Amino acid sequence: MATLEIKDLHVSVETEAGPKPILNGVDLTIRSGETHAIMGPNGSGKSTLAYSIAGHPKYQITSGSVTLDGEDLLGMTVDERARAGLFLAMQYPVEVPGVSVANFLRTAKTAIDGEAPKIRTWVKDVTTALDKVQLDSSFVQRSVNEGFSGGEKKRHEIAQLELLNPKFAVLDETDSGLDIDALRVVSDGVNRFTGQGDRGLLLITHYTRILRYIKPDFVHVFVKGRVAEQGGPELAERLEAEGYDRYVREAAGA
Amino acid sequence: MTTTDTSTDRHPDGTDPNLAVDAALPVEPVVAAALETSDKVASHLHPGGSFEVEDHPVPTGREEVWRFTPMRRIQPMFEPRPTDDAEGDPAAEYELSLPEGVRQGVLAPGQAPRGTVLVPADRPAAIASAQVSEALHLVVPAELELAEPIRIGVTGRGAGRRANAHYVVEAGAHSRATLVLHHRGSAEHNGNLEVVVGDGASLTVISIQDWDDDAIHTGQHEARVGRDASYQHIAVSFGGDVVRLQSNVSYASVGGRAELLGLYFVDSGQHIEHRLFVDHNTPRSESNVDYRGALQGAGAHSVWIGDVLIRKAAEGIDTYESNRNLVLTDGCRADSVPNLEIETGEIAGAGHAATTGRFDDEQLFYLRSRGIDETEARRLVVHGFFADIIRRIGIPEVEQLLLSAVERELAVTVGTPALTA
Repeated sequence: MATLEIKDLHVSVETEAGPKPILNGVDLTIRSGETHAIMGPNGSGKSTLAYSIAGHPKYQITSGSVTLDGEDLLGMTVDERARAGLFLAMQYPVEVPGVSVANFLRTAKTAIDGEAPKIRTWVKDVTTALDKVQLDSSFVQRSVNEGFSGGEKKRHEIAQLELLNPKFAVLDETDSGLDIDALRVVSDGVNRFTGQGDRGLLLITHYTRILRYIKPDFVHVFVKGRVAEQGGPELAERLEAEGYDRYVREAAGA
Repeated sequence: MTTTDTSTDRHPDGTDPNLAVDAALPVEPVVAAALETSDKVASHLHPGGSFEVEDHPVPTGREEVWRFTPMRRIQPMFEPRPTDDAEGDPAAEYELSLPEGVRQGVLAPGQAPRGTVLVPADRPAAIASAQVSEALHLVVPAELELAEPIRIGVTGRGAGRRANAHYVVEAGAHSRATLVLHHRGSAEHNGNLEVVVGDGASLTVISIQDWDDDAIHTGQHEARVGRDASYQHIAVSFGGDVVRLQSNVSYASVGGRAELLGLYFVDSGQHIEHRLFVDHNTPRSESNVDYRGALQGAGAHSVWIGDVLIRKAAEGIDTYESNRNLVLTDGCRADSVPNLEIETGEIAGAGHAATTGRFDDEQLFYLRSRGIDETEARRLVVHGFFADIIRRIGIPEVEQLLLSAVERELAVTVGTPALTA
């Protein structure tokens, strides 16, 4: 049983006009076996939360803490966090020209496990993981994300989720820009991950659409860099009917 | 090899009979009208050359073509000295490996095809031309396809010792061959390579500058590409104190393709300069230039000058040139100058790009977010940066050599390689 705990997290980014606060005190606790959905309008700071947890250098933590089983994640480098069991599926996966998917996956797996995967089973594992997200095995020859379509990039992220099998996964708008078939493929992959029963998931999304395929245990409405309301799956249904307007107005009025 | 090519000689007035032959072809009336009678139309960066050393005064360093070169360090190459051979102690050893069927001979200055393609463009090239009385002449007979590369291994036997060289390589019509020119050791090496690519032939030249730290290397590699022929020149420069290489191409007829690739890794104090000149002197020819370099350490200096001349006759040509530099540490300098000289707008395409940058933080973040530590992530990105070029070489042993050279260079700044899985 593991716990990812975010306490009173404040985050700023540098702008020409000086530091600009984006997150204004986020509290969130995710235990293994739980699926949490963070929903919110554009610009509410959802992605900033994801990148701050993963350790992107652009974001300055001004106060608060993030711990994984009591270990201070914020004191770790980006790669140390990943090796501690954290995975971030990115909204815009980065192209790395000249680095093959095969080389990338093997290097990542070796880093996460602390030893090289067994040659006998690894190639089959990769092929299977790609096949599950309906990517042809020829993708291993291609450069990481280079020339991939939007959908292929997202499916490649899910294949990595499958192979690296972290304790906690943060999915940053993995559903955006996907057609219905790709959305189903991605959701199936996420459900296989959570279906293990002992993995934690933080699903960041703008739309309720993906929640038809992935059932959250908890829903958090994110507005102006903090959690404005929390609830169960019924909150997502209400958001689908009412939208974010009420929360945005409340936050503006506050 | 067509008879036209082998008998070609540059007329004293500077006209080129090759062009006249093409112009006379009845199937190309439009071309004939567009062709110039002289190929000496000015390229600002590449005025007509000369075989006379004295026609090339010692540069001051203020000339456009010399302004990036460290004059003091390259000075010895301006002296018209013979090769510094002693009895039983040559300045450089040449190891020649010829696949079956390749013919070998020697050519005196002015003995065709020597001098029909390469007219020295600068003083060192003129000196190399004048000082080599017997140029190595290699001929790949028409229609012969070589499974193994031709290899010329050059090992310099001491810094400061002049080693002049001139090679003439002819790829016969519809032949297919690869030449690997591998430079090692140390010398003041002044090497010219003159290449005739016959009609429909496919020739790849790989020149590897794997010198010791105190070598100086100047050279002019000049190719003429025949009708529907394809020529690939790959310069790989890792070692040496000063390396200044010209890789030039012109076309004997229509439909030729040239690909000029380069890969360099410049360390502290090194000067590595590549100068490219593609002379689109005929219609419907293609060229693609792609050079990539990494720099690290104080005083590391790379120079890339890419010049493409599109003459009035060069209708329907397509050209692109690109240079990318990856700066790994502070204190490096990468000069990158792409030039296009365009005399006709009736072309399929012409473009260029030059970029110089540091590591892409987003790439590093992405890799590290998968658990890959910073050192390993940097190695992956640098490997990836060069991979496109390395992959196009197609000779496993040379690819392996380059990968391990990149690895060796990376160990200096980025860290020692991780265990290979």
